[in-house]
Amino acid sequence: MDSLTNYLFVSVVLFALGLYGVITRRNGVAVLMGVELILNSANINFLAFARFGGMNMAGHVFALFVIVLAAAEAAVALAIIINIFNNFHTINVDDVSELKQ
Amino acid sequence: MAEFTFWIVVGITLGSAFMVVQSKNLVYSAYALLFSFIGVTGLYVFLWADFIAVVQVVVYVGGILILIIFGIMLTNKITSVNISHASVQKKVGAVAVLGMAFLLGYMVISTPWVTLANVEPAETTAAIGRLLMMDYLLPFEVASLLLLGALIGATTLSRKED
Repeated sequence: MDSLTNYLFVSVVLFALGLYGVITRRNGVAVLMGVELILNSANINFLAFARFGGMNMAGHVFALFVIVLAAAEAAVALAIIINIFNNFHTINVDDVSELKQ
Repeated sequence: MAEFTFWIVVGITLGSAFMVVQSKNLVYSAYALLFSFIGVTGLYVFLWADFIAVVQVVVYVGGILILIIFGIMLTNKITSVNISHASVQKKVGAVAVLGMAFLLGYMVISTPWVTLANVEPAETTAAIGRLLMMDYLLPFEVASLLLLGALIGATTLSRKED
């Protein structure tokens, strides 16, 4: 528990699971969930390096900015997904390949 | 005891994250994401990041997860009980992701990380506030503009045209 590599391994596995979700899921909302997992794994890395690299608080501030970006991204992405659903009546990202219907 | 708790928290985080990406039901995925976020919060506490842990609960669990569940409910008919979502190309995806994970894991093992001895800070909030108001004032203001833009953009995008 008191070792940097433990946290880095957790972060690697979380990143891999998130990426797996992004590349295999075809539902827009599920792709968004994968992106959130990836952002969380990045945050674990930031805080782990802050904790084991001399308690540099800049890591905490950066994690805060990542959370802000994740919130903004989730709001805009869901607005786009709802728009796509209203226009195409599906949120399967493979079926939404036309700019104009 | 702390060691045991740490591995329990890691198990909750990664187990729920696995449920998120492989569950057939979209609503189950959303609930698994909730437990994954809470597990990550536990990891933040182990990393002495008390303020970030609270922000994680407030923003992710209280905000983003609710948004995602709204997204699920608004893009499916409520009457359709089985909100399923399929995955495609599972095998190719798994091989690609496993390869990448092994590469990253090898990088973690082979890099000689420099770690410094630390004492646990009594609280991190004051230091974060000082950094935000002095060293990182410009990124802080840009982030506030970004949030304003996202707010206006999201409402404009999802509004019915009339």
